[in-house]
Amino acid sequence: MILSILTFLPLTAGVLIALLGRDRQKLGRNLAFAASLLSLTLAVGLWVAFDNAQGGMQFVESVSWVPSLGIEYHLGVDGLGLLMVLLSALIVPFALLASWKIENKPKLYFSLVLFLESGLFGTFTAQNFIHWFLFWELSLIPAFFLIRIWGGSKRGYAASQFFIYTMVGSVAMLAAFLALYATADAATRSFDFAQLAATAHQGGLFAGHKTLATAVFLGILLGLAVKVPLVPFHTWLPAAYSEAPTGTAMLLTGAMSKMGVYGFLRILWPIFPEQMQTWRTPLLALAAATIVLPAAAAFAQKDLKRMVAYSSVNHLGYCLLGIFAAARLTDGSALFPNEQAAALNGVILQMFNHGLTASALFYFVGLIEQRGGALRGLNDFGGLRQAAPVFCGLMGIALFASLGLPGLNGFPGEFLIFKGALNLSWRTALISVSGLLLTAIFLLTILQRVFSGPLPGKWSGWPDLTLAERLTVLPVMALMFVLGVFPQLLTGLANPAVLQMLKSF
Amino acid sequence: MLAWTIYISFLGAAILMFLPGENPLPARTLALLAALAGLACAVMGAIECHRHAGAGALTDVANAPWIAELGIRYHLAADGISLVLVLLTGIAAVAGVLFSWNVENRSREFFALYLALIGGVYGVFLSVDLFLLFVFYEVAIIPKYFLIVIWGSTRREYGAMKLALYSFVGSAMVLVGLIAAYVVAGTKTFDLAELAKVPFPAAFQNWAFIVVFVGFAILAGLWPFHTWAPTGHVAAPTAASMLLAGVVMKLGAYGALRVAMTLFPIGLHTWQNTIAVLAVVGIVYGALVALVQQDFKFVIGYSSVSHMGFVLLGLMTLTQIGLTGAVLQMFSHGIIAGLLFAVVGRMVYDRTHTRDLAVLQPMNLNRVLPFAAVTFVVGCAASMGLPGFSGFIAELQVLVGAWQSFPVFGVLAAVGILVGIAFTWRVLLKAFFAEDKVEARPLTPCPRISLPERVGAVLLLATTITIGLCPGLLLDLITPALNSPLMQPLWKAGMR
Amino acid sequence: MNLYLEFLTALAPEVIVVATALLVLLVDLVLVREKPLAQRVGLTGAITCLGCGLAMVWLALVPCSAHVAMLAIGPVTQWLKVPLLLLTIFAAVLSWNERFTRHAGEYFALLLLAATGLMLLVSSDNLLLIFIALELLSTSLYALAAFDKGSLASSEAALKYFLFGGMSAAFTLFGISLIYGIAGDLQLGVIEMRLRGHPAEPVFYAALVMTLVGFAFKLAAAPFHLWAPDVYEGAPTPAAAFIASGSKVASFFVLARILLSAFPAERGAASFGSYLPGWAPVLMALAALSMVAGNVAAIVQTNVKRLLAYSAIAHTGYALLALLADQRRALSALLFYTITYAFTVVGAFAVVSVVENNGRKASLADFAGLSKRAPLLSFCMLVFMLSLAGIPPLSGFFGKFYLFTAAAEALPKLSLLWLVVLAVAASAVSLYYYLQVLKQIYAVAPAPASAWPRPALSSSVAIVLLAAIVIVLGCVPDLLLGKISELLKTNPF
Repeated sequence: MILSILTFLPLTAGVLIALLGRDRQKLGRNLAFAASLLSLTLAVGLWVAFDNAQGGMQFVESVSWVPSLGIEYHLGVDGLGLLMVLLSALIVPFALLASWKIENKPKLYFSLVLFLESGLFGTFTAQNFIHWFLFWELSLIPAFFLIRIWGGSKRGYAASQFFIYTMVGSVAMLAAFLALYATADAATRSFDFAQLAATAHQGGLFAGHKTLATAVFLGILLGLAVKVPLVPFHTWLPAAYSEAPTGTAMLLTGAMSKMGVYGFLRILWPIFPEQMQTWRTPLLALAAATIVLPAAAAFAQKDLKRMVAYSSVNHLGYCLLGIFAAARLTDGSALFPNEQAAALNGVILQMFNHGLTASALFYFVGLIEQRGGALRGLNDFGGLRQAAPVFCGLMGIALFASLGLPGLNGFPGEFLIFKGALNLSWRTALISVSGLLLTAIFLLTILQRVFSGPLPGKWSGWPDLTLAERLTVLPVMALMFVLGVFPQLLTGLANPAVLQMLKSF
Repeated sequence: MLAWTIYISFLGAAILMFLPGENPLPARTLALLAALAGLACAVMGAIECHRHAGAGALTDVANAPWIAELGIRYHLAADGISLVLVLLTGIAAVAGVLFSWNVENRSREFFALYLALIGGVYGVFLSVDLFLLFVFYEVAIIPKYFLIVIWGSTRREYGAMKLALYSFVGSAMVLVGLIAAYVVAGTKTFDLAELAKVPFPAAFQNWAFIVVFVGFAILAGLWPFHTWAPTGHVAAPTAASMLLAGVVMKLGAYGALRVAMTLFPIGLHTWQNTIAVLAVVGIVYGALVALVQQDFKFVIGYSSVSHMGFVLLGLMTLTQIGLTGAVLQMFSHGIIAGLLFAVVGRMVYDRTHTRDLAVLQPMNLNRVLPFAAVTFVVGCAASMGLPGFSGFIAELQVLVGAWQSFPVFGVLAAVGILVGIAFTWRVLLKAFFAEDKVEARPLTPCPRISLPERVGAVLLLATTITIGLCPGLLLDLITPALNSPLMQPLWKAGMR
Repeated sequence: MNLYLEFLTALAPEVIVVATALLVLLVDLVLVREKPLAQRVGLTGAITCLGCGLAMVWLALVPCSAHVAMLAIGPVTQWLKVPLLLLTIFAAVLSWNERFTRHAGEYFALLLLAATGLMLLVSSDNLLLIFIALELLSTSLYALAAFDKGSLASSEAALKYFLFGGMSAAFTLFGISLIYGIAGDLQLGVIEMRLRGHPAEPVFYAALVMTLVGFAFKLAAAPFHLWAPDVYEGAPTPAAAFIASGSKVASFFVLARILLSAFPAERGAASFGSYLPGWAPVLMALAALSMVAGNVAAIVQTNVKRLLAYSAIAHTGYALLALLADQRRALSALLFYTITYAFTVVGAFAVVSVVENNGRKASLADFAGLSKRAPLLSFCMLVFMLSLAGIPPLSGFFGKFYLFTAAAEALPKLSLLWLVVLAVAASAVSLYYYLQVLKQIYAVAPAPASAWPRPALSSSVAIVLLAAIVIVLGCVPDLLLGKISELLKTNPF
């Protein structure tokens, strides 16, 4: 029951807020924030009640929905799902606080964010494709409107691109799954992830139709690749992230991008092991491209928000590197089990940590934009350290965490990924290291151009972080330190799930 | 109980005709009461039928001798499929009355004609005597004509006459087929269940099937006989377009299923592929044409043609899942089309007096009419077939069925869905969400969305979302109905 | 003596009607000559109605069956006279409010004589008496058509009617005489016996066709229909109503009687793939031509009376289908169809006469906005027009349905399907022009003319009654159909 409550709580709250009268904006905001905190509490409670030792699904709920089509309302979490739920539950209040001062239709904004949160929870807990797809699509609409109505000057274009790309990907995924369902024989036909995985494991999924299997695999891959995004399907992202309002950008990068990676782990990994093995090399190449090219592009940017956006793509590239590197069939003999486990653990850690750091970064950039009078160019500022030392310090921490400095939360994930990848696919890993370098360069460039150097006259009155802002950003900052020093908190959850995944590969 | 849906509607129409005075309020109230009573009877009747009957039974509602000379009986009965469509009619009727609350000119006659149309539609869905079905089918033609020609807008005389003549020609074709079937059967009865058991000769079935099917399918918007639909929908007043697209087009599909497919299964086999091709062409063509329209209502009109293509494709797959999807799509599209026409006609056109997308675009309607914007957004999401709304499961089932019977057509239909998403999204943006640069233009004030409109919109939205989330409510009616005695010929024809 | 008594008893209804005609003339001439026209018309009209009523009562109460002299009266013919008299009453009621002539007595007398002609027409099975009755009917109708001396159109109509009618009567007479030459007798049953077993000669076909010409004229079947539009338009409306209704019913019945009693063997066939010479192919050609010509020409009409005329031509076409069906169904469908059609068309003409009496012509534009001025009247016109179009649940629909089913059932099964398809298609097209009338009535704004005086009570009552009949017979056709089937169980003639 608890998972259903968790999923529908934000939705209900969002509907209630939307129905409030026009003069109840403040009430709406407060209600939204309270609902997000409640969700966070529930998520934490879930964490506490979770049994770390067990590798399978817990808190399972299963109700038959459309029996004739094999569609079930099937929820469950394992370590991976729980981590994603926790991440979403953490980021949403953060994003709401970042958007507290929105003037134009705040009630609608907040209810859309809550709908988005429901979509996120639903996606991360779903165990049946149609159920999963429903929430996947459900998160699309609020995101579209959030960009469209509250975004920057080119928001129409950005929102449209976002919508089209994601929609095309979703349709490809749906078509692939339908083909999968329709061609399976009646006994094993299902939309359930676990059942499909079991059938695949026995080799009964496509019964020899190689081309069909490849087509289905590519279809689902396309859908997920657009979401993550994987180069070359990433072109929607810079525009969307930079035109989105701050809170939305935080959500997009912090939680929504993880939906794609989650999809890789939840769907492609268990159900299509053969195809992943077959396509491993090209996919690794794409992952490497996703790491290097956006980093280079970020380096060339002059807009702070765009730089952060590109860096998001780059960081997700590491996740994909980890997944594809680990996608080697073991065929009985354990080839590199430790490395595989390491890589996958790294992926999950990276998902969580990047969510936190990237949203923090977008928050800070948003603050800069606010205080700078809608300016956010790299060269528009300078020497802000003198005017706002606390701000600079905190943003610096976030930047270093994003960099992967040991001691902060960005490090364990990247470390584990590379540990695994270097053994599993050293060529790609080597190429990706250059991505690490480039990332370091441009992140430090931000630090230098914006914070150090002489302070121009017009910024001398630059306000430092207010108390409210400090309180907003404090939890995430604290987590950056804690998770940097105690990654066991995360690996404790991730590892059993990873082992389970590897077992069934 | 179910028969009262028919009687209440006609009784309401008769009373409205003789209501004195010009005041619209008593007319509206009476119409709303009649529609609500009809819906209540439909729901109660559906529950009753579902409870008493076993899975897939045909429940008799009324059975009395009528014209002994020809073996015609006044025979009403319902199985799951009829119940679903009766429920659709009830909901659409109530919504239509709510959205016509502002009709001032000759409102008595408007609502009288409206209720007469509803009564005829109920009758078609409940009849199992072919003569009776035909009577109700034709009864529905005249109110449509008058509704459009008196209260319509663009080119209403042309649109109304085109609609009436197309419908009448279609029913003429059906009449020929019916008489021929009666004569060839030689059993001196018009009862559908009896005639379904008659083994008509194959050569006869081959032409009789296509004549009767096309006769009905004209009204369902089968390409290329669909040309009455866009013109008619645009010319009609809001409530009439809601009913036309929502319910009347389903009459055609229902007739095609109940009469053509049930009586002439061999003919069905012969023509299955051809009609499936036409259906798919309709899906894609309707969507493509909708993509380039400049008139708001034309977009929705063509989208109806496209969605009905799904229904016809589902029927032609001759699989359980395809047929279930087709019936569910009939219900779903009925609600969604009603919603979309309500927004276009009642909420937007009645206030802005334009349907030209180029003129609407700078009006920034999402600020001026936020309720309409939200309703239209949800309606578009449902129309696109997004999960969580009723269209998703229906289209899914049709696609799976199509994949089983004609894989290529299934893929083409999926392409049609994509184009559907494209045009829906285009019209949504153009109509309600302006480009970025026109913030400075002062907003033209529009009257707020009134209470009846809100109630109507909520009713339709709630229905599509409820069925989207709990499709079992309807699937529990449809799936067993596939085993009803009326569907036996389809099983024999090789339904899987 | 006994013979004459029997004769008189058998023809009692006709006698009553003739007596009424003479009474009307007498009363008008002697008693009320100086009174104002309205009173005279009222009185003479009342007497007409009473006389017809009396005849109907006699028919209802006194069963009669006589096959004496040239008469052949059985249950069917006795029953058939009731609707004919009813139609006469309606025509008389309609005429009550007409002021187009000063000769009230003569008018009603002619009406009654025409009625007599109708009744005699259905009572006989001898070609000679049939011809005489036909002439009696026709002559009265010619005169009635001319009665509006103030209107040029009326005279023109009557002249055309007379010329056409005279010519076709000549054809008929010639055909009858040829038949007499071949068969040696004029009694239908005897003719049938004489022709039995003998192959038909070419002369016979000529005779048959010529006889049919006369009837085709009377029925306004294409291509002998050219008189109909002008007569319907020009003649005074009550007269036109009577022409359109009563004479159709009787003529169809007589035609059926002649063809089915005297020439069943020479039926022939003209279904696809098999052609046999006979009267069936001729009727088929007439039917097809009438349906097409009537409907196509009606589409472009702007005068409602002409529109009704062309629609009458089309309806003749449909009704001819009945004659092509097999015997029992044929008569049943024919009677049902023609009777309901007659009542419908009288109603339509009645509405037209009401519109005309209020200072308008009968063009489409004059009907504009009628629904605002006279809602009940408009509704009745809606009923009549839709019944003619064949929309359920009105009697016209069931009539057509029954007709088409009977035609399709004609053995061999579905041989006439092509004709049924043509009829159905033509019927579909006809909806267009009926809707044009209704569109004027309901959708077009009324002309800002002078106030609309209320229609006379008698007309209104008549119209409502007719509409009610059309609706009731549409919903429960068994009321009429049951009676007809029962009567036809025994030998119809």
